[in-house]
Amino acid sequence: MVLRRRRRTQQGEPAPEPATGSAPTSTPPEPTPPAPPALRERLGRTRGLFAPLRALGARGEVAAAYDAAEEALLRADVGVETTQSLISSLRQSRPVGPGGVLAALADRLAEVFAENPDRSLRVERAPGVVSVWLFVGVNGVGKTTTVGKVALARREQGDSVLLAAADTFRAAAGDQLAQWSERAGVALHRGAPGSDPSSVVFDAIQRAGARGNDLVLVDTAGRLHTKVNLIEELRKIRRVADRPPGRVTEVLLVLDATTGQNALAQARQFTEAVGVTGVVLAKLDGTAKGGVVIPIERQLGLPVKLVGVGEGLADLVPFDPAAFVDALVGA
Amino acid sequence: MFDALSERLERVAGRLRSRGRISPADLEEALAEIRTALLEADVELGVARHFIEGVRARLSGQALSASLTPGQQVVKAVHAQLVEALGGQALRLTYASRPPTVVLLAGLQGAGKTTAAAKLARWWRGQGRNPLLVGADLQRPAAVEQLRVLGASAQVRVFSQPGDPVSTAVAGVEEARRLGRDVCIIDTAGRLSVDQELMDEVRRISERTEPHYTFLVVDAMTGQDAAATARAFHDALALDGVVLSKLDSDARGGAALSVKEVVGRPIVFASTGERLEDLDLFHPDRMADRILGMGDVLSLIEQAERTMDQEVVARSAERMLAGRFGLDDFLDQLHQVRKMGSLGGVLRMLPGMNRELRQAADQIDDRQVARVEAIVRSMTPAERADPSIIDGSRRVRIARGSGSSTQEVNQLLKQFKEMQKLMRTVGRGGVPGGRMGRLAAARDLAAAGGLSDALAGLAPPRPPAADLASGRPAARGRKGARKKGGRVTPPKGR
Repeated sequence: MVLRRRRRTQQGEPAPEPATGSAPTSTPPEPTPPAPPALRERLGRTRGLFAPLRALGARGEVAAAYDAAEEALLRADVGVETTQSLISSLRQSRPVGPGGVLAALADRLAEVFAENPDRSLRVERAPGVVSVWLFVGVNGVGKTTTVGKVALARREQGDSVLLAAADTFRAAAGDQLAQWSERAGVALHRGAPGSDPSSVVFDAIQRAGARGNDLVLVDTAGRLHTKVNLIEELRKIRRVADRPPGRVTEVLLVLDATTGQNALAQARQFTEAVGVTGVVLAKLDGTAKGGVVIPIERQLGLPVKLVGVGEGLADLVPFDPAAFVDALVGA
Repeated sequence: MFDALSERLERVAGRLRSRGRISPADLEEALAEIRTALLEADVELGVARHFIEGVRARLSGQALSASLTPGQQVVKAVHAQLVEALGGQALRLTYASRPPTVVLLAGLQGAGKTTAAAKLARWWRGQGRNPLLVGADLQRPAAVEQLRVLGASAQVRVFSQPGDPVSTAVAGVEEARRLGRDVCIIDTAGRLSVDQELMDEVRRISERTEPHYTFLVVDAMTGQDAAATARAFHDALALDGVVLSKLDSDARGGAALSVKEVVGRPIVFASTGERLEDLDLFHPDRMADRILGMGDVLSLIEQAERTMDQEVVARSAERMLAGRFGLDDFLDQLHQVRKMGSLGGVLRMLPGMNRELRQAADQIDDRQVARVEAIVRSMTPAERADPSIIDGSRRVRIARGSGSSTQEVNQLLKQFKEMQKLMRTVGRGGVPGGRMGRLAAARDLAAAGGLSDALAGLAPPRPPAADLASGRPAARGRKGARKKGGRVTPPKGR
């Protein structure tokens, strides 16, 4: 068996990360800012997947093009079901030549993302209300890091942010968030290790209300979506966070871009439990394609709102479907 | 884990089972279905293809056996291919003649390296070794702090120093030598993806510390990228094996197959839960059995033999057989079973666990054990020895003392009574043959089943699926015990 190694040559130097203007919009939703070059640049690495398809040339066999497209989608973690349905809808559109297949596929993918147009992140601007964003997900996807980055972005946008370290389970998670709070220059509320995370969230929101913070970002402990008791705990956190002055305006599921089809199960279970409002696709700067967001958008109607494309504080950017599709199938 | 894969294989086999012979078309259809199952389980595309070719070769290369139906032959071929794909025999760990045996852990961010390091330390301690943990992840905020906390709960010393990861690792090995530790586990920094900086750092650590074992930690939920990542690490470090993390999710674990196939090194350890104890050697043949729904009784028995206190087990077995099994013994047993790992994890290893049962097993709340314990501890010695004396007012007192309700007390007593009844039956039937350790383990299995009943009885109301958690694995456990016993009459009144 021969496994193709995708060794991409860097096309030019990576552009410097835009530090501002990259953050999510708030209510009323502003138009999504154009994707910074960094996103395309980073996603560019996935282009190798469709290289065999492009190599078929203009006069290649259409049948071979379908096979190549199918293989590329499967390798991008799009999953069997979604891949097959994409390919069969491609066939119906009767594209001409491999180039036509590629273009039609890009169109189909764009349509999937167009189904969920609202990718804004909401903050309630009413007096006496503290907006709460919950960050949830399985272990090791990058929740704490994401919270740190979002904190910086929101502070730069002028929000007054408080971090709540509700991961009281993982050893030293609070310390990790504390370091992020220093780097981002925002206040942190933390409880004792092993204490009830709901009480940490409650106290944090009370404190935010007293201090006049607009937004509380809650870092929850990683939990497998299959552990009923831990999911119950999360439900409770959500209930507590909705008590005045708190109001949960976003529940963001953080997904690791290298995750395979299991991400779909995660999205389904967390949505059912705590009403996920959007997805943060973290760690996309690897060779990972993050293609599993396609079935997540298509089957669950969950919009991807943010993408983590690097390790720096400013490397969290709004999700741009066009850039994502463009980078995936390349042009 | 691997559930979806095993379900599909069951379906394919089921369809073929009824056929007298398999036409080439049937075979192709079955193979296509297996391929889909593998891809859905996140097996890398090339690896899945290779797997299918392997199954095909096995089926066409041999004359059809007369003793097997065509369906059985397909299952047998898939099983053999799975065993091979997962790594054949388990890796036999050996130890350096001049200690310490140095173990280097590498992997991507969030794969679970730090947790795996602590679990490995805990595992080696259980093997009678004396490990030292070295925190060389100086990049992630608080990573060393996390290792220190985990090390403390595993009762394993942690070494780290600020500055350069390479010299920290070298100093760590030196420290292990100075302290006379025989295993030295080095936790390294992860990166978002395979990049030059990461590879250079970990390669330099590897060159300077000359590890005896280099393990790649891989998240069981990884998708197609697992193969490329593993290959890059293997090229840089020459891996000796893989530690598979987060295998307790409903991840289909295809990454395990991909990684093994691509680097040609076995999966050595698999982590199956959040507790430090939840890590064990990976047995490819047993995992193949488990995928095909054959259970993993061998692992269970080994686990029981390793963790259970033989004296306690023998004492309660004796009392059990004599029909004098009291609530104190019940509590002992509870603790013994708990030592084997999470109850859900234990139950999942029983044969015949289908999808619902497996899901249900995940939902057993280990914290209920504490509630049961609280209730039992609120009883007087006399009550524990003979629960039948517990009347209404005693119930109220026990409930108040344990912070539970009388309903919960009632439930526990009722479940205990059932268990006693069951044990008397087992006792009468006797358990012939077998080694003593296994014998005791088998009895404890039965007890474990009864326990889950009791526990689930105490659990707060759950959706219907959760009810299965309690009742049926228990039934399975009893069935298993009865099979072993051979001549046991079924318990009355059930």
